[in-house]
Amino acid sequence: MTDPTGRPRPASLTELFVALTLLALQGFGGVLAVVQRELVERRQWLTREEFVEEWAVAQVMPGPNVINLGLMLGHRYFGLRGAAVAVAGLLAAPMVIVLLLAYGYSSLGDNPHVAGALRGMGAVAAGLIAATGIKLASALRAHPLGMAAVVAAGVATFVGIVVLRWPLAWVLLGVGGLSCVGTWFKLGARE
Amino acid sequence: MSITLTGADWLQFFAHFLLLSLLAVGGAITTAADMHRYLVDERHWLTDAQFSASIALAQAAPGPNVLFVAVMGWNVGLNAGGMGTAFLGVALAMLGSLIPSTTLTYLAARWGHANRELRGVRAFKQGMAPIVVALLIATGWILATGSSYHARDWPVWAIAVVSTLIVWRTRIHLLWLLGAGAFIGWMGWL
Repeated sequence: MTDPTGRPRPASLTELFVALTLLALQGFGGVLAVVQRELVERRQWLTREEFVEEWAVAQVMPGPNVINLGLMLGHRYFGLRGAAVAVAGLLAAPMVIVLLLAYGYSSLGDNPHVAGALRGMGAVAAGLIAATGIKLASALRAHPLGMAAVVAAGVATFVGIVVLRWPLAWVLLGVGGLSCVGTWFKLGARE
Repeated sequence: MSITLTGADWLQFFAHFLLLSLLAVGGAITTAADMHRYLVDERHWLTDAQFSASIALAQAAPGPNVLFVAVMGWNVGLNAGGMGTAFLGVALAMLGSLIPSTTLTYLAARWGHANRELRGVRAFKQGMAPIVVALLIATGWILATGSSYHARDWPVWAIAVVSTLIVWRTRIHLLWLLGAGAFIGWMGWL
């Protein structure tokens, strides 16, 4: 189904619930890479630019980022009901699975094969998240700040988190704050 | 491990998750250090091993990472009695973790959507975009290397780099990659 501007969107609360349940069930070691693949590339409910913008808000608000993103997406289509259905879709089925695993864990946790498989999946999941970032970088091409400032902000963020191990809140307030102020002036100059 | 939790204890348990929910900027996992301090060190409701296993298990299972909170509630509840208290623990931990943050995000999303043409709103969303993209790459880096850089971990890095390139350049289904990673680890090659 498409909205008045011809963009794809979920037709019903049921479609929203099913889409997010299927998405959550594919998300081993974090759902983000799958969210980008499913919502941007496959279903095209969001463009890359929209995804990065919504993700920025989901990241800055407290709480689980993927839950926040789902909530905002559900709200956009169906208001409060959509927000509630999206959160339920992301959580219901995975919660049943994780509790079944917790129930059976005592007999599996010490097995070296199981521990090794978890390590292997963790390494792949790290790659999935990094690749998602690289793909989304193309959404920054037409950024109001211009390429040089965008790259500088990105490098400062990476160095702050990976090398200097600053708390996330500092990076968001410091580097993010500067970037937002700069963008505000550039947007003003355009108008 | 066997413990006793009174009604007041459960209320404090719930209240602690309510508070952490509001502090969880950057995701639920960022408050894990404080959950450890509270549940393991201060209240002795969970053992150290149970705490670590709760996080590892939720990482390995499909779904949002916040489900580690559900497993923690489950284990506290099991320690406090049986299946009934285990489900109580899950419900209180998850509701506590989600109610404050989702309410706040919902209100912010509604306001932001209604005012999406404001220059300030656009400057915020677009201004944060480069930071968000860089944070993703940084998160991948940290997950791959952990907190230490040991040369003997090279197979883990190699897998992370190869999966980055494959996901970036191809449209192969992500579950095949995770399956391959699980197989390599299962065989003990990591």
